[in-house]
Amino acid sequence: MNQLQSSAALDIRGLVKRFDRPAVDGLDLSIRAGEFYTLLGPNGAGKTTSLRIVAGLLRPDAGSVSIFGIDALADPIAAKQVMAWLSEEPMIYDKLTPREYLEFVAGLWGVDAGLGERRARDLLGWLGLDAHAHERCEGFSKGMRQKVALAGALVHDPRLIILDEPLTGLDAGSARQVKQVLRDHVTAGSTIVMTTHILDVAERMADRIGIIAHGRLIAEGTLDELRDHAGSGGASLEDTFLELVSQTVDHAAP
Amino acid sequence: MRSGSTLWFARHEIRLAWREWFATMTGGRKQRRWAFGLGIAAFAVLAHWVAWLIVGRGPPSTGLSALVALTGSGVLLLSVITSQAMETVTRAFYARADLDLIMSSPAPTHRLFAVRIVAMAMSVTATATLVSSPMINVLAVTAGWQWLAAYVGIAVIGMLATAAAAALAVLLLRTIGPRRTRLVAQIVAAVMGAGFVIGIQIVAIMSYGEKSEGASSQIERLASHAPSADSMIWWPGRAILQGDPVGLAGMVAAGVLVLWITVILLAPRFGRQAAAAAGTAPGVARGRRRSALFRGGSPSSTLRRKEWVLLLRDPWLLSQSLMQLLYLVVPAVLLWRSVGSDLDARTLLVPILIMTAGQLAGGLTWVVVSGEDAPDLVASAPVSERAVVRAKLEAVMGAVALIFTPLIAVFALMAPFEALVAVVGVAISTASATSVQLWFRAQARRSTFRRRQQSSRIATFAEAFSSISWAFAGAMAANHAWLAALVLSLMALGVLAGVRWVSPALSAAR
Repeated sequence: MNQLQSSAALDIRGLVKRFDRPAVDGLDLSIRAGEFYTLLGPNGAGKTTSLRIVAGLLRPDAGSVSIFGIDALADPIAAKQVMAWLSEEPMIYDKLTPREYLEFVAGLWGVDAGLGERRARDLLGWLGLDAHAHERCEGFSKGMRQKVALAGALVHDPRLIILDEPLTGLDAGSARQVKQVLRDHVTAGSTIVMTTHILDVAERMADRIGIIAHGRLIAEGTLDELRDHAGSGGASLEDTFLELVSQTVDHAAP
Repeated sequence: MRSGSTLWFARHEIRLAWREWFATMTGGRKQRRWAFGLGIAAFAVLAHWVAWLIVGRGPPSTGLSALVALTGSGVLLLSVITSQAMETVTRAFYARADLDLIMSSPAPTHRLFAVRIVAMAMSVTATATLVSSPMINVLAVTAGWQWLAAYVGIAVIGMLATAAAAALAVLLLRTIGPRRTRLVAQIVAAVMGAGFVIGIQIVAIMSYGEKSEGASSQIERLASHAPSADSMIWWPGRAILQGDPVGLAGMVAAGVLVLWITVILLAPRFGRQAAAAAGTAPGVARGRRRSALFRGGSPSSTLRRKEWVLLLRDPWLLSQSLMQLLYLVVPAVLLWRSVGSDLDARTLLVPILIMTAGQLAGGLTWVVVSGEDAPDLVASAPVSERAVVRAKLEAVMGAVALIFTPLIAVFALMAPFEALVAVVGVAISTASATSVQLWFRAQARRSTFRRRQQSSRIATFAEAFSSISWAFAGAMAANHAWLAALVLSLMALGVLAGVRWVSPALSAAR
């Protein structure tokens, strides 16, 4: 069994990052390969900062990050090779067409040209963008831009996909397309870590849910496990989430 | 004051304009207020000293020649202010974030645009006054207080220029549509701003070697062909030179009338045009179906190609970058005039080439490094940061080489030594400007290219100073003045070392 198959998809230990105040404060998190994991938390809890560190966009002050057994801080290039990052604000090039954008991303990840072209065609089809494949992105709506960016994240077939609020601003139809593509990738063996404020999405899609507050993981598990943890049997995820976060705030208060 | 009234809008505009100008001058830091004040005072003293050196002994011409010189200066100022006003008008359509808010409110928008047109006139007049005031003040002291009437002339020119710019912008919007107006207006503005100066230089070059004469004798020669001093076309000049109150009042009345008609006719249209500009989709630009832009090659070559493609597909950004090449028109003419002759003027080409290369490289480096539109994507790719930066710089160097190689190759056929100096100077100047941009890089949108200098005054100063120093060093080397070239080079290196020391890149490393 090779290293990729035997390890956790993502293993974070003692992660610390301070700006003016601690943004991530000793975060421990382990996500299994093939899992759909959703990270919830109030604004400023440290979700995005943690995931930006995992994606290699920020250096932590302390701690370790391991991706399929690869030390992401010691060997970021190898870690990035098997992972994709998608931020809340889709960053694409207005002057490229979706097809050219996907070819560019495939080139950055060193994907074979023919394979990249096939994947690009498939992804644009799945996301309903094939009619716009040869139009420059400058006139695209927020939803279309988000879908192009998502296709870019998937075109190199990453084993770990990190998504920061990928459904924000999407209409119902686009959100359904995106969710379907994500489900298909998990079924095919990819691991997804996603932050979201849409609790309904977390409730329906996630295998496990982690709740983060004040830069630390305060609860984790399936929806039922979280309900047990919060002592809110039968409550919705929203009620459970609010209960868990308020408990943390109460503990943190002087 | 009633909400939504003209005065209410005027107060709002003045407050915004003051805060924006102050933030631009101080880099957004209130604690720099004192430094800002001292800087303004030092600049005023220096500018008055330079003005004293130029016109300290009074105006260079009298009589009809003075009228010709003054009217010519007025026309020059009008072209420069009109170009500045066109910039401001274009910004009013495209760059003001509050248009949606104001146009969705029940307040009458024509009042806002009326205020904005007047504010533009005030703004461009203030800038022109600031630049011209040292000359006017010195002339007022040395040649008589009637020269203070030149301030009235500047105000009238400001009003006429704003009216012309507003009319031109509306005309462009109606004829070529909102999509192209921004690009065309900014190119027209830049060409108008630079064109006059470049035109004068080209005329000087064309007459170089034919007849040696100073500026004042050229004016005398021009005056000998001009209408007599009592002609109507010298009316504004006469009013200023004689401090004639009736003439000055007539000028002001004409300026106010033209601006008032512009406001009455165009302010209501501005609202509709701004709505059209805001509501216009960028249009569907299609790429080739069988594109092979990014197929094959390493990640580095993929990045290089991406930079070139994005630059070539963005006419606005391309025009802004290449605008600096307008100044190469002058050396190109000089080169053409030098063919087959042994004019010493060929050595003048060396500093112009070196300075232009530095400026171009600095601008392009900002575009590809700081102006990366998908920084997260590039940073999360399995390519080291060093390789990313190297690929981007190769893209810049490639563009600079593409532009300068043909010119220097032709130059080398006529003046091999000077061409060699130019090659070395272009390489050093390009490397310096590129390094400064790398040390001070800060993520920004490409659309803010024209305001990139605001991100760091130190970087702007260092880039300009190093380009100028290398240019002068090149000129000295081309003239075999090796010691002067060495001193200038050491000065440039000293400044570069200093800014490197205070740069955010080194601070972060420390």
